[in-house]
Amino acid sequence: MKRKLLSTLVCAAMVSSMLVGCGSKPTEAPAADTPVAEASATEEAAPAADAAATETATEDAATPAADGELIKVGIINNDPNESGYRTANDKDMKDTFTEENGYEASFAYSLKNDEQITAAQKFIQDGVDYLLLSAADTAGWDSVLQDAADAGTRVILFDRTIDADESLYEASIVSDMDKEGQTAVEWLKSQNLDEYNIIHIQGVMGSAAQKGRSGALTDAGFNIVTQQTAEWNAEKAQQIVQSVIDAGTPFNVIYAENDDMAKGAVAALDKANISHGVGKDVIVMGFDCNKWALKELLAQNWNYDGQCNPFQASYIDSIIQDLQAGKTLDEKVVVMDEKGFDATTITQEDVDTYGIGE
Amino acid sequence: MQTKKSNYTSISEMLGKLVKQQIFIPVAALLLLAIFNLIADPGFYKISYGVNSAGSPVLSGYLMTILDYGSELAILAVGMTLVTASSGGQDISVGAAIAIAGSVMLKFICGMNTPVIIAFLAACVVSMFFGAFNGVLVAHFKIQPMVATLILYTAGRSIAAWINNNELPIVSDPKFAYLGGFIPGIPIPTPFFIAAAVVIISLLVLRFTNLGLYTQAVGINESSSRLNGLNPAFIKFITFVILGLCVAVVGLIKVSRLSTINYSVIAKDIEMDAILAVALGGNALGGGKFNLAASIIGAYVIQFLTTTLYKFNVQSDALPAYKAVVVIFLVVISAPVVRDYISSIGKKISHKEVA
Repeated sequence: MKRKLLSTLVCAAMVSSMLVGCGSKPTEAPAADTPVAEASATEEAAPAADAAATETATEDAATPAADGELIKVGIINNDPNESGYRTANDKDMKDTFTEENGYEASFAYSLKNDEQITAAQKFIQDGVDYLLLSAADTAGWDSVLQDAADAGTRVILFDRTIDADESLYEASIVSDMDKEGQTAVEWLKSQNLDEYNIIHIQGVMGSAAQKGRSGALTDAGFNIVTQQTAEWNAEKAQQIVQSVIDAGTPFNVIYAENDDMAKGAVAALDKANISHGVGKDVIVMGFDCNKWALKELLAQNWNYDGQCNPFQASYIDSIIQDLQAGKTLDEKVVVMDEKGFDATTITQEDVDTYGIGE
Repeated sequence: MQTKKSNYTSISEMLGKLVKQQIFIPVAALLLLAIFNLIADPGFYKISYGVNSAGSPVLSGYLMTILDYGSELAILAVGMTLVTASSGGQDISVGAAIAIAGSVMLKFICGMNTPVIIAFLAACVVSMFFGAFNGVLVAHFKIQPMVATLILYTAGRSIAAWINNNELPIVSDPKFAYLGGFIPGIPIPTPFFIAAAVVIISLLVLRFTNLGLYTQAVGINESSSRLNGLNPAFIKFITFVILGLCVAVVGLIKVSRLSTINYSVIAKDIEMDAILAVALGGNALGGGKFNLAASIIGAYVIQFLTTTLYKFNVQSDALPAYKAVVVIFLVVISAPVVRDYISSIGKKISHKEVA
């Protein structure tokens, strides 16, 4: 009896831990138990409108929203709780695809590929005109996108690409991590320092962001004092920089591949009373443009922050408008403009516009 | 001539006794690392005196770094030693629980503008609650501790994120940073004092209560301790709650270091270091007898090792592998079988000398 109870409990424990997820993306839990949350409004849409919408879609959409007909979009995204980046991304989508702008949007969130595919199938059955997709995983999308093509639903990828034939989607809007790195390195070169002794703090090795942001710096041929991965972790970054300080090795640039790690590095500098920021001993560089990080720039405690643009909605909007107008797109892959902010030129307005999070 | 011989015997006997002492292993490891660093680069021991950006005097250098970061681990090692001794298993949810404690603190300080002390007490309550959760699973439902704490290990960081709606508030009060940094005027890192306080309190508790004795009794033989009138379930439960308290203290230091935390990465894999500290202290991982002082030295040894590896620019993602090698070596040496063998060799040598 006891043993039975025990095994039941262990089973329950395991199931619950599976439900909660694998822990590498810990913030997924809040939505993990309700895998595909959908805005129910679209479900209640009158069948007539539904049919009409499907018609416009299949008629190659020659006369689109002009007659006040809303464009139906199904948006599949990752869980907004995943990160500040994702939260900003989701908010941007919700602000753009509104009824005022001529859209009827349905949302589905999941960090799991299979749940996203299920949601996609549902949207296709509902007869959405456009399927906007930020895929959790690159694989496994071929058949569902084929279904979409058969049903006349057009697919636009945002934020992440997938391993599928290019003909299966209209466009893909992505960040160019390599370019983010290059922009940062060019900015660093333009500082014309007498010598460059760089502490390079990397993200999780092998991630797209790490590869892009490391690549540019490694190719630039600066003197790199230390090159270590802190795995996006501020504490590790602090220890790495602490170790360089303890060793007494001179350095004058900290190139951290995200804001968190830059923050950790700065904590170590503060402890050792090494001045940092505009016109100070050490140049501090970060990425991602969190609002708190941009405030550090504004206060001239940091020198540079590279943007990883979460605001894809306006790009998608213009692509949809073009497609609705019957135009053909110049290129499938659209790379977003991503800025790098310099502490000497950043304004409060930039902080408000481009800052992610609170 | 006669006296010389007896000297030999007494020295080798002493050595034999020394090797058998539990505390010998972590101390030997510490000496080994210390000597290695002395030979490799005596600059390792340089301590310089300066001021930090807040203008207060600080001592800095590798040794201070070890003292600073090792203290977190020492606090955890206290709780982990007790849990190990009573339950014969380890709590692997420590890192996630730190994230929760930190998140609660941020919620109170930034969300509700309460004084730090209240935020800390709230975090203590929450961590002890989660400790109690683990404790109930282990003590009453008799789930293997690693499996029981696996639940919080997977769910904990999500709970931490949920507490603050996945926002990362930043504490703006500069005084708050004293806890993980330096108190103005005192050039030694504050975490060291916090760890010292925790260690002194726990040693006092062990000396003046029966907790230590009961914990060992339960760990050595649960049923015989029950026959002797102890309540093994309660003892196990209480050790998990104590670990919860230790977790809250470490959470306080962690939050203070950067004035904020990142739920997904804070104190990542710290549970492994804490368990290693216990193992390095020569405590039986299967429960039973324990030596708190040995675990605490073990904790500093692990940080010593980490700092040494950082110094030699070992890639930080390769760090665990190096640690593993060292730990395998130390754990094998500290195994009773090996130690008996060593002391028997020692005896043989002394016998030969006598003959």
